[in-house]
Amino acid sequence: MNTLQIVLVLLRRELTLAMRRRGDVLTVLFFFVIVASLFPLGVGPDPKLLRLMGGGVVWVAALLAAMLSLGRMFASDYADGTLEQMVLTPTPPVVWITGKMLAHWLVSGVPLILVAPVLGVQFGLSSEALGVLVFSLLLGTPVLSLIGAIGAALTLGLRGGGVLVSLLVLPLYIPVLIFGAGAVDGAMSGLGSEAHLSLLGGILILAFMLTPWAVSAALRISME
Amino acid sequence: MMSSLNWYKYSSPATFYGLAGKAIPWFYGAAALFCVAGLYIGFFLAPTDFQQSEAYRIIFIHVPAAWMSMFIYIVMAFWAALGLAFNTRLSFMMASALAPTGAMLTFVALWTGALWGKPTWGTWWVWDARLTSELILFFLYLGFMALQAAIDDPRRADRAGALIALVGVVNVPIIYFSVRWWNTLHQGASVSFSKAPSMATIMLVGMLVMALAAWMYAIAAALSRVRSIILERERNSQWVAQMVEAEA
Repeated sequence: MNTLQIVLVLLRRELTLAMRRRGDVLTVLFFFVIVASLFPLGVGPDPKLLRLMGGGVVWVAALLAAMLSLGRMFASDYADGTLEQMVLTPTPPVVWITGKMLAHWLVSGVPLILVAPVLGVQFGLSSEALGVLVFSLLLGTPVLSLIGAIGAALTLGLRGGGVLVSLLVLPLYIPVLIFGAGAVDGAMSGLGSEAHLSLLGGILILAFMLTPWAVSAALRISME
Repeated sequence: MMSSLNWYKYSSPATFYGLAGKAIPWFYGAAALFCVAGLYIGFFLAPTDFQQSEAYRIIFIHVPAAWMSMFIYIVMAFWAALGLAFNTRLSFMMASALAPTGAMLTFVALWTGALWGKPTWGTWWVWDARLTSELILFFLYLGFMALQAAIDDPRRADRAGALIALVGVVNVPIIYFSVRWWNTLHQGASVSFSKAPSMATIMLVGMLVMALAAWMYAIAAALSRVRSIILERERNSQWVAQMVEAEA
């Protein structure tokens, strides 16, 4: 099997697993919706204020939701020994790790992107800003899966792994948050969002190149 | 002759333990000396600032702490990389010995910054690029220490910590520039160091002497901590048993 086929087989497996446990996917999605809905309750229903915060709130909620689903990336495969078998295959770890990260994004990132416009409407974002929000999430959420995979791999099988992942991963998410929310802000204020989106794309490319190696090293550390 | 000197000798915890023990008093002594000199310059020789009056004197603590907090993270990542590359246990121990000192200095920098900000800017905290990136640096230190604390197996703790330190050091410039840009786009830097009047030479000297004091202190503290870590890790080895016997 060539590299692409391996990634595709792995993707199909991960997606099948996700479809068998639909609850997990939906939990993360509803978490995203609930967190975003809490903000108006906390800061008051003033439409002007909400329009100003909307992009940032949706992005923060996306960060938290993405982090919440990180535990699933390797944990169940680690528990039943599948991960060990994967490490033992002659396929370079970087290949199947990329496949797993892609699957994680498809399962936990893409649903967020699909729901985000609804939340944006609740915050009163303009239609142009909604488009930018979706596009920024499209560029940014894969980075969350890529960087998050490092944290997930390092905390494999540790007690209190979930809280630990947030401490490790959230500071590293900050640039994505800044540029993602900044893009929406730029669209709302008329300053334009191209610069933010370009930087987000740059971060995505950089993360896509570097993180598989870091995750492979992290898995080696956690499983020896 | 340099080439005949065996540098690897001190990469063994047992030999390094003794070397560190001999070096610590010197570094603490130097730290105390520089600290006294720096505080004397800071409090008695440096003139009162015509804009910020006496409150500015906190920079003699604040700036050295901020410098060292960043520098220690880089040194920590250096030891982590060395450990991963050469598989030397002592390098990992140095990395984990540096982290608490670095976190402490980051905290001191944040705290003194707040104390300085209140009389000067009229507020304890602004979301200035420097302050925010210093806060994130504090989070990175905490993450490193929390990860190491959560892992019982020392070998895995060493390596996992080293990896997260390296990932962090790659991210630090990205975080710094993104925060800087975020800040300028949002509100424009209302207060920045670059606008401040250039510093009198005596103030700069005082700050540099205090930075040396912080540096010496950081080395001494890290060496004392690494000695504890060595003892803890090697408690079942023969040389520790012999040392305890000899001291008893």
